[in-house]
Amino acid sequence: MDVPVLKQGPFLIATVQSALTDADLAQMRRLLIEQVGKFRSRGVIVDVTAVDVLDSYACRTLRDIAHMTGFRGAATVIVGIHPELAFTMVQLGLSLEGVATALDLEEGLAYLNARTRPTIARGNSPRNSAGPPRNGTHTRGKR
Amino acid sequence: MASAERIGIRSDRDILLARQRGRELGRSVGFVATDLTLIATAISELARNIVLYAREGVIELRVVTEDSHRGLVIVARDHGPGIVDVNRAMQDGYSTSGGLGLGLPGVKRLMDGFEIHSRAGRGTTVQIAKWLRT
Repeated sequence: MDVPVLKQGPFLIATVQSALTDADLAQMRRLLIEQVGKFRSRGVIVDVTAVDVLDSYACRTLRDIAHMTGFRGAATVIVGIHPELAFTMVQLGLSLEGVATALDLEEGLAYLNARTRPTIARGNSPRNSAGPPRNGTHTRGKR
Repeated sequence: MASAERIGIRSDRDILLARQRGRELGRSVGFVATDLTLIATAISELARNIVLYAREGVIELRVVTEDSHRGLVIVARDHGPGIVDVNRAMQDGYSTSGGLGLGLPGVKRLMDGFEIHSRAGRGTTVQIAKWLRT
């Protein structure tokens, strides 16, 4: 079963609606990597609210998606891991190290909005943001 | 629902089928949601090992009553290459397929019972069990 991907402004939202085979997971990964470029997306949300099992393969695919889209310049956040899944993943020894997660879609959008604010990308070069604030050089307001 | 089932495992679709059947059978036994997720995940891992290493095999699901215990026993059986060093395969972080290397020790942690028999060149049988808490 294909995972529908919705374009929402600068973000892509992939909603997993049922249990996925390994091939479905790989297909979702391929689609997201591709669409990040096609739509010039800044962020990706993978919503796993309806997922009943996150085994080692699914977990690795989610990590791959986050890292691969990261290489393409888009931030990924996984949302909707329900308590039973979290418990099972810990028991199994799985981790989503280096991958952003949020409670639900709303929190995921808030995370991406904060993470991809255009003023950060435009206003501050790494050189500027590393040094002490200088008057008049920052477009950002409060620090 | 029958109290025993046998599912042939050849592809990723069969992995899905096996864990769905395990969940259904587990629910009929009376397991709570968390246990059903543990059971389905354990089946998923064992079934994937079959597809990955042996290419085909079977998953057997059985409702059992022993003494005052009631639970679900799952047997994953294949005639694949077997595991040369079972002790090593039971250590966290060991894998021969470049995977996560968490498979078997992780599955053991999910369940109440875990037994593995493997012979190089003959195949592997893993039997796991989850008991209802009374």
